[in-house]
Amino acid sequence: MTDYFDGQVEPQFIEEVRAHLCECSHCEVVVNTTRQTIEIYKDHEIYELSTEVRDRMHKAIMAKCAECR
Amino acid sequence: MATTPTPVTEEVEIHPDVALVERAKAGDVSAFETLVKQYDRQIFRVAQHITQNREDAEDITQDAFLKAYQKLDQFQGNSKFSTWLVRIAVNESLMRLRKRKTSKTVSMDEDVHTEEGSIPRDFADWSPNPEQLYNQGELGDILRKTINGLPPGFRTVFTLRDIENLSTEETAEALGLSVPAVKSRLLRARLQLRERLSRYFRQKKESTA
Repeated sequence: MTDYFDGQVEPQFIEEVRAHLCECSHCEVVVNTTRQTIEIYKDHEIYELSTEVRDRMHKAIMAKCAECR
Repeated sequence: MATTPTPVTEEVEIHPDVALVERAKAGDVSAFETLVKQYDRQIFRVAQHITQNREDAEDITQDAFLKAYQKLDQFQGNSKFSTWLVRIAVNESLMRLRKRKTSKTVSMDEDVHTEEGSIPRDFADWSPNPEQLYNQGELGDILRKTINGLPPGFRTVFTLRDIENLSTEETAEALGLSVPAVKSRLLRARLQLRERLSRYFRQKKESTA
């Protein structure tokens, strides 16, 4: 099923899954809401980095790199 | 005037990162700074997802780039620079977790043998859309809380594959796992997250009162 969600399966397998989903409402819900789960995490950046913190980190990284040259 | 046909040469496309790494190896610090600016957000997110601690994630981001800089000669270009960097960050993050939980072993294998939550039990559709149910702040809290509840081995695979968009092969390489192991953990991570999110997003039953 991982390959199915990632679109990496043979067309025949996709057809078989679709046919099953038409008959099984439980599986249909699981497939739809699993897709929504993946999409909602892709669409929302839950750990953002502010410009200030990024600048501070860049300076620290480059200073450390300069020290070890 | 007759023109001489241009000879057809087979050009191997070089990833821009490889050129930057070569310049950095030759002593061009600004080339390395470009790589830092390109990947700092990704490395920070990976570290924060694994450690669940903002300060640790900032430290790990710095350490991972420093380590990468020191080991640039070891980067052979067999994999993407970003995958190589993510692998360093994952190792640094797991080391940090081990230090924090001194009495407990933390590894990619921790808790991944559990089937808990991997077998679907909630069959309610999500309606209305989660974005309509919650505002951005509330939704962010739910997503953070939910993913933090996953075992580190599942959380890390989901983060690399579904949030950071690494391929299955790149995820396997970054984590030192086999491709089948990544696929198995990814499926269970996705199902566990779905099950946990369903508690918040499931269609509310009509009141019968």
